[in-house]
Amino acid sequence: MYISIYGNVSFVTPNHSGIYGPWGRHIRSLLRFAGLKYGGHRCGGDAPPSLQTLGDVISAELRSSKHWELTGEGTEIAEQGSHEARVFSSIPLEGLAQSELMKLSFGKIGFSKAMSNKWIRVDKAHEGGPRIFRTVENIEDQVREKLLLVQRGNSCELEEKEKNELKKRRLLSEVTVKSYWITKGSSFSTTVTKQETELTPEMIATGSWKEKTFKPYNFEAMGVALDCGHLHPLMKVRTQFRQIFLEMGFTEMPTNNFIESSFWNFDSLFQPQQHPARDQHDTFFLSDPALAHEFPQDYLQRVKRVHSEGGFGSQGYKYDWKTEEAQKNILRTHTTAVSARMLYKVAQQKFTPVKYFSIDRVFRNETLDATHLAEFHQIEGVVADYGLTLGDLMGVLHQFFTKLGITKLRFKPAYNPYTEPSMEVFSYHEGLKKWVEVGNSGVFRPEMLLPMGLPEDVSVIAWGLSLERPTMIKYGINNIRELVGHKVNLQMCCCYSYVTMYVLLN
Amino acid sequence: MVAAPFCAFKCTVSGSYNRLVGSFFIVCWRGLAANMPTVGVRRELLFKALGRAYTDEEFDELCFEYGLELDEITSEKEIISREQGDSKAAGASDVILYKIDVPANRYDLLCLEGLARGLQVFKNKLEAPRYRRVRPVSGESQKLIITKETEAVRRHAVAAVLRNITFTQERYDSFIELQEKLHQNVCRKRSLVAIGTHDLDTISGPFTYTAKPPGDISFKPLNQSQEFTATQLMSLYKTDSHLRHYLHIIEDKPVYPVIYDSNGIVLSMPPIINGDHSKITLKTRNVFIECTATDLNKAKIVLDMMVTMFSEYCLQPFTVEEAEVVYPDGKACIYPELAYRKEKLSSEFINRKVGINESTEKIAQLLTRMCLRSRATGVGDEIEVEIPPTRSDVIHACDIMEDAAIAYGFNNIIRTTPHTYTVANQFPLNKLTELLRQDLAAAGFTEALNFALCSQEDIADKLGKKISETRAVHISNPKTAEFQVARTTLLPGLLKTIAANRKMPLPLKLFEISDVVLKDETKDVGARNSRRFCAIYYNKSPGFEVIHGLLDRTMQLLEVKSARGDGYHIQAADDNTFFPGRCAEIRASRSPPPRCNQPL
Repeated sequence: MYISIYGNVSFVTPNHSGIYGPWGRHIRSLLRFAGLKYGGHRCGGDAPPSLQTLGDVISAELRSSKHWELTGEGTEIAEQGSHEARVFSSIPLEGLAQSELMKLSFGKIGFSKAMSNKWIRVDKAHEGGPRIFRTVENIEDQVREKLLLVQRGNSCELEEKEKNELKKRRLLSEVTVKSYWITKGSSFSTTVTKQETELTPEMIATGSWKEKTFKPYNFEAMGVALDCGHLHPLMKVRTQFRQIFLEMGFTEMPTNNFIESSFWNFDSLFQPQQHPARDQHDTFFLSDPALAHEFPQDYLQRVKRVHSEGGFGSQGYKYDWKTEEAQKNILRTHTTAVSARMLYKVAQQKFTPVKYFSIDRVFRNETLDATHLAEFHQIEGVVADYGLTLGDLMGVLHQFFTKLGITKLRFKPAYNPYTEPSMEVFSYHEGLKKWVEVGNSGVFRPEMLLPMGLPEDVSVIAWGLSLERPTMIKYGINNIRELVGHKVNLQMCCCYSYVTMYVLLN
Repeated sequence: MVAAPFCAFKCTVSGSYNRLVGSFFIVCWRGLAANMPTVGVRRELLFKALGRAYTDEEFDELCFEYGLELDEITSEKEIISREQGDSKAAGASDVILYKIDVPANRYDLLCLEGLARGLQVFKNKLEAPRYRRVRPVSGESQKLIITKETEAVRRHAVAAVLRNITFTQERYDSFIELQEKLHQNVCRKRSLVAIGTHDLDTISGPFTYTAKPPGDISFKPLNQSQEFTATQLMSLYKTDSHLRHYLHIIEDKPVYPVIYDSNGIVLSMPPIINGDHSKITLKTRNVFIECTATDLNKAKIVLDMMVTMFSEYCLQPFTVEEAEVVYPDGKACIYPELAYRKEKLSSEFINRKVGINESTEKIAQLLTRMCLRSRATGVGDEIEVEIPPTRSDVIHACDIMEDAAIAYGFNNIIRTTPHTYTVANQFPLNKLTELLRQDLAAAGFTEALNFALCSQEDIADKLGKKISETRAVHISNPKTAEFQVARTTLLPGLLKTIAANRKMPLPLKLFEISDVVLKDETKDVGARNSRRFCAIYYNKSPGFEVIHGLLDRTMQLLEVKSARGDGYHIQAADDNTFFPGRCAEIRASRSPPPRCNQPL
């Protein structure tokens, strides 16, 4: 059954808030008793008051209506007359100097309105300055009349057009009124029990919780942000790649040597000394310590020979190979320098097959942009065994990329100074509907392996890619600086999801 | 050293990694393919040379198979509008251009002629031409005499003549562009080799390649209306956007290289500029080509490329007239070498390395399609492969093997799994790092990742230290101050991370476990990495106890007891980086003391 509560109205416009009507006082006290504030205005002003939080004592239905109301200026006019009427009445029969009129608060606005109503005239030629005279004997102050109608609550007698005109003159404003129709709820009671917000140990101990009602939780709200630490997203992806290599039986190489000699970084890889990658523009050279001073001498001689004269079945590059160039210290440009050191080490013992990997920093002295930094992480995998084929390399790459969730691969012939054959690895990107490059690979050249002393029938297959790009794609980062370095956005770091490599590309 | 306005062949060498999609993963080995040359060819001319039209997709596919990359489909108009704005592009041609990335060692694919020839042979539509060196009809070959003076600056030179050649505008443009491409690549920006091409009918041999003090050289250079001395030229070209890049090659030398004809006319001042007198035009019928060099082998390769590519347009196609080069010691050599080399290998070798099983004849056919004319000798499974002068990249049997694999089709090879049995091992230092990082994050600290390179200021002045006190390694060629040294401490990176994240609610708790670099005489390179752990607590109150707590937790994880003697403890220390009296050293029974404290 409905109990209609007459005039139980709350205004939610800034100027009018509250609960009106004969029951207003009772409802307000009910709310106070329940420990609730009758909020609603300003923030969340459109929401119904928290009456429902009382349980089903009462229910409230939102209704809204509109009415017209005088503005401050409108009220003034309703009391004292329109500006033009006040101008008219302030002009005596003998007229008034215009300058005098303008001194009045309503003078300026009233003057122009009165002029356009043809209530007054100006005699500009009058001695002593322009003077204003009445032109009619009586006037009818319609504006005031209309406003008085509204003030008396009879605005319906005015036409829409008239109301809008007064609104334009900022004398009237339209006010929306929101009200709540309060009806009796299913657990209606004239006394209200305070709801408990939280369960306490005492309630459990005494068993009082059985008699209590509990304020319902808002399950729509977010939980509280936890105070926890986070691993860096790029390092999380590194962990994933590391895991993949370990699953495939690859041993991690010690890559903790950023400073490398040109010998191990370039020469041992059969990269000629005039190669553009060895330019000042591409590689960071060191001034201190400028030179490396210790090399396996007989190996160095073999490297020199294969570059300058050939041998091991090669024509060589036929140039004057200089030890001084090989001695130059640099920041390593790839971790393949470490692979070279490792393979040399393997060659110094009775050969057993090896599978190696590394993920570590490399450095390039190149122009920086949104996707290139002077340092980044290289991922590298190497397999050395008797009789490995190009098909084996493709098979291993297929397994590796399958673990990343990338199954559609194809290979493009490419050029690398230290691998032959060399292949770029392309993967089909389902989102972009095209093939994109995902890595580079190849079989190390005999000119690199044989001077090390590896058996002739041992092949070494290898591949490399960067750690940053797949991570950027994974997290939708466009600027690498947001990911690496001190300009990292820590806020964003905390928001990164757990890394599933399966979505790296798709 | 080229004979046309330079704007006509704007350098288009660019890394393939600027592409939109192909660059999704930066490939780490890219540095080695850096300067992968891009060749721009007009699509209609290319298709005419290939004898058929392709759709863009078909041609892209062909490129992929052959190891090229159709980098961009564009037009001159589009390029100008992109680089200089639409207004400048208004009058430019909108003929479709293909920009094709070519492997950096395939100099024979750097022009339309070579590209079309390679692809035609690959598609079995053409037999690779045989390039021949011929004696001049007159019997007297052109002579280039090298004097001793060149030894001080640029000692090598080779030469050849293209006789009765017919240029058209397109051929001429391609001829000029090939020189530019060679200059940028194998010639290493003219430092190793510089090419000069001349209208032989405007000059008369024998030619002399000598070197003179710059003040003594005077001639009218290409596209200038008056004579300049070499000294004047060097200052004139200081502002030339193209030539200024080559001045350094000879600038500081006491003498500059110069080539004269028998009448004292200057052919060129390598490696900077040619003389205007002998410049080639569309009407030129006989071209004298000279290459001066600091690397003789490269000079021979470059000369072979120039003549093999353009002898196609000679009256007797693919013939090149020899020239004699006389060395200061009187020794004479005939160029171009145009050497064909024969290699013998077994089809078993190729099958074994690639992982296929093809007959000897089939493999010979595959190689022939790669411009390596091959035949089964009949002795077992032996194949005789002839390497033409255009394929200077083939220096080992493995290069031949790769070509067989390309012709077979990389993607036709069956993917196999090697049976290599190995047991995986983690690098112990990395294993420990991985474990520790997890627990530090669990302790409420967030991991930062900072650059290994930084400015001297970062590791010295800003920490209240002198750079001489650090054991930092110094970089000789940093492009900005950010790359002056390798970091010797992780602290500056963490402080900078905090500075860049001041909007974050406090407290900030950060850590990093990473390598720093220190000079170390005992290492072969004179430096070593050192793995460090640094943590920072940033709040409105100092919270020394928080960082101390983290230290205790870390030591607990590392199973180091808190004890003086056999264990660790902290004790007050002075350090300029830290607030006085708020700095402690961590002392362990053996390891050197790291710092635990509040930054100033």
